[in-house]
Amino acid sequence: MQKVLVAGLIGLIFGTGIAISGMANPAKVLNFFDIAGTWDASLAFVMGGALAVTAIGYFFILKRPAPVFDKTFHLPTRKDIDTPLLAGSAVFGIGWGISGFCPGGSIPALGLGEPDALIFVAAMVGGIVLARFARNTLGSRASAQKT
Amino acid sequence: MTEFTPLVSLFGGALIGLAAVMLMAFHGRIAGMTGIVASVIPPLGSDWAWRAAFLAGAVIAPALIVAFAGGDVIGFHSPMPVEWLVAGGLIVGIGVTFGGGCTSGHGVCGMARFSVRSIVATLTFMATTAATVFIVRHVLGVL
Repeated sequence: MQKVLVAGLIGLIFGTGIAISGMANPAKVLNFFDIAGTWDASLAFVMGGALAVTAIGYFFILKRPAPVFDKTFHLPTRKDIDTPLLAGSAVFGIGWGISGFCPGGSIPALGLGEPDALIFVAAMVGGIVLARFARNTLGSRASAQKT
Repeated sequence: MTEFTPLVSLFGGALIGLAAVMLMAFHGRIAGMTGIVASVIPPLGSDWAWRAAFLAGAVIAPALIVAFAGGDVIGFHSPMPVEWLVAGGLIVGIGVTFGGGCTSGHGVCGMARFSVRSIVATLTFMATTAATVFIVRHVLGVL
């Protein structure tokens, strides 16, 4: 229960950061990428602030033996650069560029009661479900071919 | 045009970082929105409850700010037509699932751990986002 409540509190902090930084505002996000037009460099400061705090915080936290609510830290261990990573990230950028929403920006934007945020999130959930289905189908076919 | 807000954005970014550090300190997890959203879409994983609470907090926070500080505090303008938002949402959902993360997971948490995969992913999606915005605004002339 405590684990759930603390996660809710951390979500509040995350949502506050996203909202006041401008990451939940598609116009501001798109202007950051529009260097040839109405450029707004604010998002570089969002990334800078978030990266500085996270890098320093992780440096100290990850020296501890374990997190408060778990026996171990769950960190991705892969180091290889594969096609899904490159293609998926490239595709994500295309969607971000045509909508102005990324996952972390769109969820807090729901709290602003904006219909556009809801439309985006609904479509994004659809995209996740589709991708899962495709991956499971392709994955089972690939493993069937191997045997 | 949107107003250049370096200080507020820096502070907001620092709060995002604080949330990421706290989620690692308490739950031992990466604060990646892709993984957190995916975990509450059925079939549910075993550890979905705290992730649902995180999402609830993230949604409630801006609502609370608007309720207490007024509607103008948080700027919001969504310039793209609805069809583009639907297409964008679908494309984002597919991309982040295969890419294994987004701006929060790869861009903040992964880069902060100096993960090579996350650095490559972030450079890739920043580049395609910028290219897409250029094409949409300056080649196709849509805003």
